[in-house]
Amino acid sequence: MPPSRFKDAATVPAIRVLLIGALLGGLACLATSAAAHDTANNDPMAERLEACTACHRPQGVELEDGYVPRIHGKPAGYLYNQLVNYQDYRRRNRSMNHMVAHLSHDYLYEIADYFADQHAPYPPPAAAPTAALAERGEQLVHRGDEQAGIPACAACHGDRLTGVEPNTPGLIGLPRQYIMAQLGAWQVGTRHAAAPDCMADITQRLSGRDVEAVAAWLASQPIPEDTRPVANAVVDPPLECGSVPVPES
Amino acid sequence: MFRNRILVLASLALAFLTCTASAADQARLERGEYLARLGNCAGCHTAPGGADYAGGLALASDYGTFVTPNITPDTSTGIGDWSADDFYNALHNGERADGSPMYPACPYPNYTHVPRDDIDAIYAYLQSVPAVEQRHGDHELGFPYRYRSLLNVWQMLYFDAGEIETDTKQSDDWNRGRELVAGLGHCDACHRARARLGATNDADDAPGAMIHGWYAPPLADPEQAGLQHMELAEAAAFLQSGKREHAAMMGPMADVVFESLQYMHDDDARAMATYLRSIPAVSVDSPLRLIRMSDNGRREAMAEGRQIYADNCAECHGDNGKGREGAPALAGNRVVTMDNPINAANMIRQGGFAAATEGNPRPHGMPPFYDLDGRDLAAVMTYIRGSWGNDAAPVTATNLER
Repeated sequence: MPPSRFKDAATVPAIRVLLIGALLGGLACLATSAAAHDTANNDPMAERLEACTACHRPQGVELEDGYVPRIHGKPAGYLYNQLVNYQDYRRRNRSMNHMVAHLSHDYLYEIADYFADQHAPYPPPAAAPTAALAERGEQLVHRGDEQAGIPACAACHGDRLTGVEPNTPGLIGLPRQYIMAQLGAWQVGTRHAAAPDCMADITQRLSGRDVEAVAAWLASQPIPEDTRPVANAVVDPPLECGSVPVPES
Repeated sequence: MFRNRILVLASLALAFLTCTASAADQARLERGEYLARLGNCAGCHTAPGGADYAGGLALASDYGTFVTPNITPDTSTGIGDWSADDFYNALHNGERADGSPMYPACPYPNYTHVPRDDIDAIYAYLQSVPAVEQRHGDHELGFPYRYRSLLNVWQMLYFDAGEIETDTKQSDDWNRGRELVAGLGHCDACHRARARLGATNDADDAPGAMIHGWYAPPLADPEQAGLQHMELAEAAAFLQSGKREHAAMMGPMADVVFESLQYMHDDDARAMATYLRSIPAVSVDSPLRLIRMSDNGRREAMAEGRQIYADNCAECHGDNGKGREGAPALAGNRVVTMDNPINAANMIRQGGFAAATEGNPRPHGMPPFYDLDGRDLAAVMTYIRGSWGNDAAPVTATNLER
C-alpha cells in the first residue's frame, strides 16, 4: 500500500478534528454558480432571499471548504437568534456577518419566520457508526451522563430531536462533521449564544470522543415522520439558556 | 402661615425650574444623539461586536493601522475626564486633551466646520452613554508617521481650523447642506482622494478614494456618485433610504445609510440633497487605469461573458439587463458603467443586502459568487459593461486582482 498523505482518521487527535471542523464550519460558504436556482415563482420573499438560498438549500450543501446547514423548518426563534448573533459577532463567519450587517431586527425576524415555515424533504441519514460509538452517542443523546454533568440532548431538543419552540433547534438531518464543528466551535469559544450560553457550559463537559459519538449517532438517525419542532417549551430544563427577545409586532 | 405659603411657592418654582432644565437637558441629549448619528461616530468608534463607542476598530491606511479610541465616559480608558472645552478643542482644532495633535484619520478637518453648539450637544450625549472600561493598543504606524509630534507640522501645512462662512447668495437649505456634507457628514473623507500625506485633494476633479476594499466615487461626477441629475425629493429620499428606482447603495455606503443617514430628519436630508445637487458637475477620471484589451480579446470575453450571464445573472437581472423588483437594472447603471470596476466586482463576488430602512424595509439580497475566478468575473463584467447600450471599456482579470 502506498504511504498515504492522510493519517488514519482514528489516529487523528480528537481535538484537532474539532479545530479543523470548527474552522471548516467557520469558513465562508462558497456559493457555487453551478447550483441551480429554484426560486418559487411569485413568492416575493423567496426572491428577496436568494442571497440566503444560494447556499442554504433544503438538503444542506457540502462544499470543499465547509458545510452549509439546512435552515428550513427550524424554529423561528432559533433562526432569529442566530441572525442576531451573526450581526453582533457572537457567531463569526465572514459570509454571514456580511449578509446580516445592515438588516433591521424586524426584517431578520421575518426572514427567520419565512425559513421556519419551509418544509422541504430532509437529506437521507448517514451510515451507522461503530457499535461502541453508537452506544455512547445514544446514551448522551437520550439519557445524558449524570456523573459527567451532561444532560441528555433530548431533554431540551425534544424526544424526536426535531427541536422545541421557540428557540431550540432540531438536531436531525445534519451531517456528522457539521455537528462536530459546532460543538467544537462552542468548546474553543468561536460560537456563542446570548447569555447564559448553556451550550458553552455543556460542551466544556464533553470529551473529544463524546463529541464524535454524539455527532456520528445523530447523523445516522432516520428522519422521523413528523419533523416539526415540539410546540410547547420544555418544563424545567436541565440548564437555563439565553436568547435575544424577538421584536414586538 | 405666610411663611409657609412662601415656602410652597418657592418649592413649586424650584420644581418648575428643575423640570424645564431637565426637559432642556433631555432635548439637548436627543439632539446630541441625532448629531452623533449624522457624524456616524459609532461607525469608527465601535468595533464589530463591541460595545457602542468603546473603540477598538482597526482602520487600515497607507500609513499603517489606526486603532480607534474609546470615547465612552470611562475616566481611565475613555473620555470621562474630558471637559466640554477639551472635546471641542479635539474636534475643532485636532488637539487631544493632553495637548498632543490628533491624526487626521479622525476627520477633524471636517468636524472643524461644525458649530460649537452642535459639538457641545454631541459631548453631552457621549458623556451620557454607558461608560466602558476598555483599553486599546497603540496605532501601528510606519516610519515616520508613528511620531505624533510631526503632526504639528502637518497641521501647519494642511489644516485650517474654523467654521465655513455662510454664503449669503445661497439658500438656507444650501448652506445647511454644505455644513452637513463638509462638516459632520464628512463625506469627502471617503469620496475624495487624499493628496500627499493624507491631506484632502481640493481639486474640483479629484477622484474618489478606496475604503474597506470599495471605491467611494467622486460626488462631483453625476456619472459616478453625483446627485446632480436627480430631482430634489428623489435625491433626499435616496440619502435616507439608500434606495431609488433601479438602484441601491451597497458596500460601505450601505453601512453609512444603516448606521447614520436613515436617521436624518427630512429637513436635513433636503438640505444635504440641495447642496449635493449643486456641486458643479465634472467628469472625473478613475485612479485605477484599465488595461487596454485587443478587439479580439474583447470579442472573446464578450462571448464568454454572455454565457456566464445567461447561466447566473439573467434570471433576476433579465436577458435585456432591465432587472426586476429588487434586482437593479444593469443597463444604464452607473456602478456598472463607471470606469472603476471594483464596486461591481465586489457586488458580484460578495453579494449582500441593501440597508433595511424605513424607505426600503425588506431589501432583496444579491447571492454571492465567491468562486467565480478572475477570468470569468472579468468576462461577465466586460459583457455587462458593453451590452444593452452600456459602452464601458472591457475589464481584465489583472484589474480585478486584489
